[in-house]
Amino acid sequence: MDWLQLLGHAGLSAFQRLGRGNLFLFQVLLGFPDLIRRFHLVVVQLWSVGVRSLLLIMVAGTFVGMVMSLQGYNTLVDFGAEDSLGVLVALSLVRELGPVVSALLFAGRAGSALTAEIGLMKATEQLAGMEMMAVDPLRRIVAPRLLGGILAMPLLAALFSALGVIGGYFVGVGLLGVDDGAFWSQMQAKVDLNDDILNGVIKSVVFGLAVTWIAVFEGYDTVPTSEGVSRATTRTVVHSSLAVLGLDFVLTALMFNG
Amino acid sequence: MRGVGVSPEAAEGTPLVSIRDLHFSRAGRTIFDGVDIEIRRGKVTAIMGPSGTGKTTLLRLIGGQIRPDQGTVEVDGEVVHKLSRENLFQLRKRMGMLFQSGALLTDLTVFENVAFPLREHTDLPESVLRNLVLMKLEAVGLRGAHGLLPRELSGGMARRVALARAIVLDPKMVMYDEPFTGQDPISMGVLVKLIRELNDALGLSSIVVSHDVRETLAIADYVYVIGHGKVVGHGTPEAISKTDSPWVEQFVQGLPDGPVSFDYPAPKFIDELMHGAKL
Repeated sequence: MDWLQLLGHAGLSAFQRLGRGNLFLFQVLLGFPDLIRRFHLVVVQLWSVGVRSLLLIMVAGTFVGMVMSLQGYNTLVDFGAEDSLGVLVALSLVRELGPVVSALLFAGRAGSALTAEIGLMKATEQLAGMEMMAVDPLRRIVAPRLLGGILAMPLLAALFSALGVIGGYFVGVGLLGVDDGAFWSQMQAKVDLNDDILNGVIKSVVFGLAVTWIAVFEGYDTVPTSEGVSRATTRTVVHSSLAVLGLDFVLTALMFNG
Repeated sequence: MRGVGVSPEAAEGTPLVSIRDLHFSRAGRTIFDGVDIEIRRGKVTAIMGPSGTGKTTLLRLIGGQIRPDQGTVEVDGEVVHKLSRENLFQLRKRMGMLFQSGALLTDLTVFENVAFPLREHTDLPESVLRNLVLMKLEAVGLRGAHGLLPRELSGGMARRVALARAIVLDPKMVMYDEPFTGQDPISMGVLVKLIRELNDALGLSSIVVSHDVRETLAIADYVYVIGHGKVVGHGTPEAISKTDSPWVEQFVQGLPDGPVSFDYPAPKFIDELMHGAKL
């Protein structure tokens, strides 16, 4: 019966954690109205999680666009459809790769940093100290970081896609000889503002919420030791990456199903 | 800012904190098993005992960070664990706590650390806020260090900055968690002097949790010694020094032999060596 007990215990622990995570999110969201008055706290976090992730996102976006263009050209040219390369690159980036890959990179770059920062604040009693100064750490520390992540993610994904298109253009038009006019005009004709771009933005907002929520919760819920912080940081990257991929499937099924 | 004037009902010597029949256990281990403690206004009260007797836990119970299993903790007439979160936060504005680690915010300068509670709880003009912070830093002798970051401070300096922050809202009471641990003799002397002087000059009530016997007895007005989850002795420092309780005597004199065992409970050594008892 031991394994059955272990399974039950693991299941109960997982559900307890999920419940704690949801209550945590609810309490943090209650702190959002305060942030209108103190938006400078969010701006600091936008810098920390957004601006500091720029280089990674921009380089990754450019290379992904370049690779997409190379691979797409090789397939399309067999059918004489290389003029559609612009559409292929743009749709792939705006609908899928922009939001998903930038969220995965964001989880590794900013999510892990958030967890480590909050976890260490807990380990060094900074959060307890704040509580004793009658300052709620959920409102002062966690809420600005969560909102910062939610706002930064779509902006980063947009930059990722834009640079991907430019990278694709350089490879497709500059190196492989696709017609310049066809590249842009087909893209303009086939990429829809609502169906494609808006859906991509919705995806990245959801991913931003999921990744940042997991990151701040793991930090706040960490066992306050060096091993605890290390494990929480790893969990952030693993769980938020899985969450992004799972949510992407659900959102894609809802948005692009016929 | 709140004044530090004492109303008739809050006269010096009346209880500010009353702990009654406190029971608390954690992870199956009993930390407190029926503890009664009274902290009087205007006095420096020391809570002493060996490491692991739950002294820090007691401060957390007074601060409402954890709840007792049984019994009550009453601060300034309010039962701490029955307060709503909002009222608890109101009560905490009247308490200052000095953590063992200092718990300074590492991304803020010394000035901003001390200003932090004022920025969070008041809308004071910048010039007033600046003067208040500099006054508190001057009180702990660190006005010149206002631009430094916590990582640039020594352990003793960090604790003094944390002390300045703890008193910046003019609290009624300050709790010190092991303020002397890991300090060099000079820092220790400065802290001992500061705790006593701040208590008297600002009309505070102080709770000092410590196992540094000499320093603590030098500044305390009243001492509680806890061990085995109970109060094993209490009285003025003089009375504690002359106690006839073997437990308190062992602690105060720092004797290796006595009722407190040096060894952690273990099976018989011979059994473990000879019969390979399971570790």
